[in-house]
Amino acid sequence: MNYTQRKKIGTVIYHILICFFGIVMIYPLLWMVMSSFKDNTEIFTNAKSLIPKTFELTNYSTGWAGFGGISFSVFFRNSFVICILATVGTVISSAVIAYGFSRCNFKLRGFWFACMIVSMMMPFQIIMIPQFIIFKQLNWVGTFAPLIVPYFFGLPFGIFLIMQFIRGIPRELDEAAKIDGCSIYGIFVRVILPLIVPALVTTAIFSFMWRWDDFLAALLYLNKPSFYPVSLALKMFSDPSAQSNWGSMFAMASLSLIPIFVIFITMQKYLVEGISTTGMKD
Amino acid sequence: MTIKQKLNRESTAGYVFILPFIIGFLAFTIIPIFFSFALSFTSYDVLSAPKFIGIDNYVQMFTNDSKFWKSMGVTFYYALVSVPLRLIFALLVAMILVRPSKASGVYRAIYYLPSIMGGSVAVAVLWKRLFASDGAINALLQLVGIPCKIAWLSNTSTAIWTLIILAVWQFGSSMLIFLSGLKQIPVTYYEAATIDGAGKMKQFFSITLPMLTPVIFFNLVMQLINGFMAFTQCYIITQGKPLDSTLFYTVYMYQNSFQFNQMGYGCAMAWVMLLIVALLTGVLFKTSNNWVYYASK
Repeated sequence: MNYTQRKKIGTVIYHILICFFGIVMIYPLLWMVMSSFKDNTEIFTNAKSLIPKTFELTNYSTGWAGFGGISFSVFFRNSFVICILATVGTVISSAVIAYGFSRCNFKLRGFWFACMIVSMMMPFQIIMIPQFIIFKQLNWVGTFAPLIVPYFFGLPFGIFLIMQFIRGIPRELDEAAKIDGCSIYGIFVRVILPLIVPALVTTAIFSFMWRWDDFLAALLYLNKPSFYPVSLALKMFSDPSAQSNWGSMFAMASLSLIPIFVIFITMQKYLVEGISTTGMKD
Repeated sequence: MTIKQKLNRESTAGYVFILPFIIGFLAFTIIPIFFSFALSFTSYDVLSAPKFIGIDNYVQMFTNDSKFWKSMGVTFYYALVSVPLRLIFALLVAMILVRPSKASGVYRAIYYLPSIMGGSVAVAVLWKRLFASDGAINALLQLVGIPCKIAWLSNTSTAIWTLIILAVWQFGSSMLIFLSGLKQIPVTYYEAATIDGAGKMKQFFSITLPMLTPVIFFNLVMQLINGFMAFTQCYIITQGKPLDSTLFYTVYMYQNSFQFNQMGYGCAMAWVMLLIVALLTGVLFKTSNNWVYYASK
């Protein structure tokens, strides 16, 4: 066997191995989607097979009906309202804060930057109890406010990402605008903002995905099923006290992943960029 | 100087821009933290006013609460096993995928997908079914000839591993971080090493690994913190069962504060965890000088 032949066989083995482990990686997700088309008993009796004997759509219709008279259209609407508002807040506030940190010289800038690192590393779980008490005093418990308002004060991940981006914009642009009579605020709105759109998109994508998955905050603050987002509704749906109908459970679980999957397919470039520029995932 | 001129000075404008952060930081981090510290010395059931009880919560926790110690142990085990495993997997796969090929974009996407969805409730619910005794994992094991009837989730020694596997399965984002780190290592380093006669193994330990240590370090710190704080998976999949063998610290803290209405005790637990996380981060940073390599130094 000569060198090129050996190299070719090596390449083939390389691809076969990667594909095999790739299938192992996404098998659980595939299994869930496929099971959502299976008849409810077939999920147990035919667990090993990926392909359902007959494709049934009944799981989707029974699942969509939800529980307690509230259908999943309500849960999806709630999720979208929370995610979109929180994301808008995150993007606007993070852009403003990032500009201040990267283009203005002010007293104690280093101190405040350090505070941001602290708030980034501070887990939500540590402050959830006092935060809950504060929001309860404000009568916010049972509304969307605790899930949305805090995001109007900047998300460290987004601030970092946008700061990195602003750093790449030459200061000459700022100075040219300044000479033309632009104020600092004008420079931000007219010069910087149009140039950082890709970073804003990346921030928006991550924010949306994290809020979509968010479970703990919803569990703490929402107490009426008509206010539940999809994540919390799925949890209630899967509780043994409710009817344990795995087929419709999987149908709704699969649907709940669709928004994330669409973002993943269409926005992959931004996702990869966001992760590699900040070097962190959350 | 008019107000308009003043506002246009960088020293003022800077504060105007970061004002949202300052307000948010005070309102949602600093005030709650000190509030929580104060509450940790009280007995508070939400309905009546907090009652000062000194350090009773802490005494109770350390001397008279076996569940506290159990959950601490489980959480340490979970974080210290799953995070290094995930980073090792991420690095291994990144090293394999860094080799350019026509399909590498597709491969990257496939390996990244689980980490995008893995934190969701949907996947947590799925995990419950996969690892059930009549679930897909056992069915597949039987298919390849292993007569497996293990009830993964109700066995004290395997239940925690279903959660660890779920965490390791989400190595995709770390893999992407390593991939971009690997691409930044100058090729000339490897060429020089090859000329000097260094083998692949030697190159990995003398070039690749040291060059990646800043990234590895940062991810180790952040993911350990997240590991200690894991909640959703335990809360949905195992609820701490069986026999508290998967009871995460945060879930126990949640139960104390929101189900048993012992907010003071919950706050004390939060402070203990905060100190542990701070200590661990401090130690990692202190030792980082010995093993993290910064090219600019």
